[in-house]
Amino acid sequence: MENLIVELSKYLMILLFACYTFMCFYALNGKKSDRRQKRILKKQTKLIFLIHLNAFAVMFAVKKTQDVLIAYVMQAALLCCILVIYKYIYKRASWLVVNNMCMLLAIGLMILFRLNQEKALRQYEIAVAAVVITLIVPFVIHKLHFLYRLAWLYAVAGIALLAAVAVLGSVSYGAKLSFRVAGIAIQPSEFVKILFVFFTASMLAKSTEFAQVAKATAVAALHVIILVVSKDLGAALIFFITYLVMLYVATRSPFYFVSGFLSGSVASVAAYKLFRHVRVRVSAWKDPLSVIDNEGYQVCQSLFAIGTGGWFGMGLYQGMPNKIPIVEEDFIFAAVSEELGGIFAVCLIMVCASCYLMFLNIAMQIQDVFYKLIALGLGTVYGFQVVLTVGGVTKFIPSTGVTLPLVSYGGSSLLSTFILFAVIQGLYILREEES
Amino acid sequence: MMKKDWKRTDPEQLEERRRKKDAKKFWNEQAGETANTVRNREFAVVAYLFLAVFLGMIAYFTYFQVEKSEAFINSPYNARQDAFADRIRRGDIVTAQKEVIATTKTAKDGTESRSYPYGRLFAHAAGFSTNGKAGLESIGNFQLLRSHAFFLEKILNELKDQKNIGDTLVTTLDLRVQQAAYDALAGNQGAVIAMQPSTGKILAMVSKPDFDPNTIAADWESITAQSSSSVLVNRVTQGLYPPGSTFKIFTLLEYMKENRSYKQYGYQCSGSITKDGNAIRCFGNAVHGQEDLQSAFAHSCNASFSEIGLSLDLDRFAKTNEALLFNKKLPCEFPYKQSSFPLASGASSWEVMQTSIGQGKTLVTPYHLALVMCAIANDGILMKPYIVDRVENHDGVEVTVNEPETYKELLTPKKSKTLQQYLRAVVTEGTATALNVPGYTAAGKTGSAEFTSAKDSHAWFVGYASKEGVPDLAVSVIVEGAGTGGAYAVPAAKAVFDAYFGS
Repeated sequence: MENLIVELSKYLMILLFACYTFMCFYALNGKKSDRRQKRILKKQTKLIFLIHLNAFAVMFAVKKTQDVLIAYVMQAALLCCILVIYKYIYKRASWLVVNNMCMLLAIGLMILFRLNQEKALRQYEIAVAAVVITLIVPFVIHKLHFLYRLAWLYAVAGIALLAAVAVLGSVSYGAKLSFRVAGIAIQPSEFVKILFVFFTASMLAKSTEFAQVAKATAVAALHVIILVVSKDLGAALIFFITYLVMLYVATRSPFYFVSGFLSGSVASVAAYKLFRHVRVRVSAWKDPLSVIDNEGYQVCQSLFAIGTGGWFGMGLYQGMPNKIPIVEEDFIFAAVSEELGGIFAVCLIMVCASCYLMFLNIAMQIQDVFYKLIALGLGTVYGFQVVLTVGGVTKFIPSTGVTLPLVSYGGSSLLSTFILFAVIQGLYILREEES
Repeated sequence: MMKKDWKRTDPEQLEERRRKKDAKKFWNEQAGETANTVRNREFAVVAYLFLAVFLGMIAYFTYFQVEKSEAFINSPYNARQDAFADRIRRGDIVTAQKEVIATTKTAKDGTESRSYPYGRLFAHAAGFSTNGKAGLESIGNFQLLRSHAFFLEKILNELKDQKNIGDTLVTTLDLRVQQAAYDALAGNQGAVIAMQPSTGKILAMVSKPDFDPNTIAADWESITAQSSSSVLVNRVTQGLYPPGSTFKIFTLLEYMKENRSYKQYGYQCSGSITKDGNAIRCFGNAVHGQEDLQSAFAHSCNASFSEIGLSLDLDRFAKTNEALLFNKKLPCEFPYKQSSFPLASGASSWEVMQTSIGQGKTLVTPYHLALVMCAIANDGILMKPYIVDRVENHDGVEVTVNEPETYKELLTPKKSKTLQQYLRAVVTEGTATALNVPGYTAAGKTGSAEFTSAKDSHAWFVGYASKEGVPDLAVSVIVEGAGTGGAYAVPAAKAVFDAYFGS
């Protein structure tokens, strides 16, 4: 009997999420009346709650325990709060961005609950804290106009934090990513991403003369080098690409972009030859089944999960996502695809893409260069991170050890993504005021 | 393009902009382009680049699900498959004529066990599913644990909390042919495989020594404890043997390729040939006298073929053999071993002579030679071998069908037809005349592969037979340590052909 419920709800959830995804793109097209737009966004919000409810109904049907109900109420309450905050405190915020943020958070919380209830609870607690902390961010962005002058503050803070990890950090999975403060593990590169975008934006907004560009590039290169030394290659890539994109748009010179890209490629090849762990990742990418006993194990398990799940998924609690190492963090996409289905997973990619497009849209419409570049930079940070994590999980590219923002477990990642979204909201409010 | 020098917006400018809001809006609508949109080209480039990457990722994901996921799903390392068994009753494996060779029996208390009605007859082909998986139980594991029963039936089962019944694997195996092959090997060790060259279907696969799949779980300890026991090895695909005189097919092919005037070949056989102090003798001390290429091949003259071998360009010989799948991956659904041809230029004359007659370091599997025979019989084109014809749900409704597929052209049609002629000569005037019967037209090559210095030999026969109105059948037979190919392997092949052609 419970199998029947699981089976039917699978199809229902896919249908609901497909509708949600379609609405994301439909709402991006701004050529409709405000009322129409509002109705679509309202429907979207309802869909978020329906999908979330569906998932927990299934999980309750399978587990039949009380903590399922408790978790559901807690999570639904949080989602409500977020929506209420943005509706009543930040009236001119982008409802679409809030919807997407809630949808991704809801998916993250529900799949984490299925994978590991303790981690789900911790993630929930951090989410609550993040919502409270980031309450102030849109206000800061909107009202504090001196932020563009703090270029060197951002740079110094960023480099100091990254250097701290490189020196003091604890090694996990072959890379130095985090250190412990008062018993909590912090991954500073997640926050430095935002500081770095602010730095680059303020430098390039001031001037795009060669001297300025050279200074900015030197500092950017320093960030990347420290990350490479810490073996946090995923973050290094994100920083590198974000800087290139911001540089290209600020200077309007394809020369910088192309030469940057070429030197990046050269550096990648050099990294491949120099670093063993790069070679390991690449060999796992090329033929994981042949190295399944060592470096290919994680990717193989991920592909077993995705393949066996097929297009419609196995259903919640019916698969074996816990066989994938680090499934709650970097490889959460595989768990989503295995149990909720390939169609659901593709829709998830598309929702992330629509977020990215939304950020870019905001960037395009802001007049002021500094804010424009921030929106662009944050959008690139977000979009590229999604590409790296989903690509690594599906063996599209070698895996690089980054998480899926808002979905993966990870306090620093969650908080920094909340900050990122809040900054975007601040910029959106600014733009609304500009026009 | 003029680069505008954008100044920072401070509150005053913001106010001014708000005042100019309406004017700007009007200007936007009229001109369609503001100073702001001038920068949009770079945004567009960046946006399109990223979108291209996103789409590429989605496309790859789709490609994976459609094409490559099968290999990963079926991987024996994938633990998820066993979880299916909780909800599905493992399906049946049947022959092409629907005789059941593997099924699941449910005891009164609900425990399930796997039963093999024909016991040892299909031991290696059907395999087993306890203690790991082998044979068809492994190849079709995913399909056997899926149920495509009519959806109402599935819903009813769900409501009654009963297991659904897994799909049925309809194989290409033929009971009569398998039985004939099994009986022909009798108490000897060895392997027999029978395939259809025009489709790639595997009709029979027998390997001895074998095991009783019905008691495999109970016997497991004793089977794996003995270090000399090799009952679990499927000698068809994993048995590596010296090919013996069957290798003369390859030597012949290379000679024809290197010498356009091969039809003018003549040799006076005195029973042996000596080179650099080493002598090769014809089998059984036979003296063949004057022969042309066809009769030398038909009578399996070692002396003549040693001489031919010495005249060959060894690098080209290696290339020809690799085109015929030596040292290469084989299309095979079972675990298998690659055949090896290690001879290269610079080898001693002794090695060359040995190798040309199928001794030396060359090793082949019966499966590989069967593939070569299939290619020759099919005018050079090897069809992809397969053993699962289709999958049906337990009521007989088709789920998926496997169609014959071309694998590769191993040799040209012209060369194939020439080889067909020579292989026929072996049956009409050579070492396999027992196959020269009216019921069908057989062709092939015998082999007696020596494998110890004491001159024991494996008996080989590889070949095919045709009859009007019936698809051809290719066979590969090896009887270990029995004696000559003609005396031991040919009768086995004859039994298989007789069963297939129904004479």
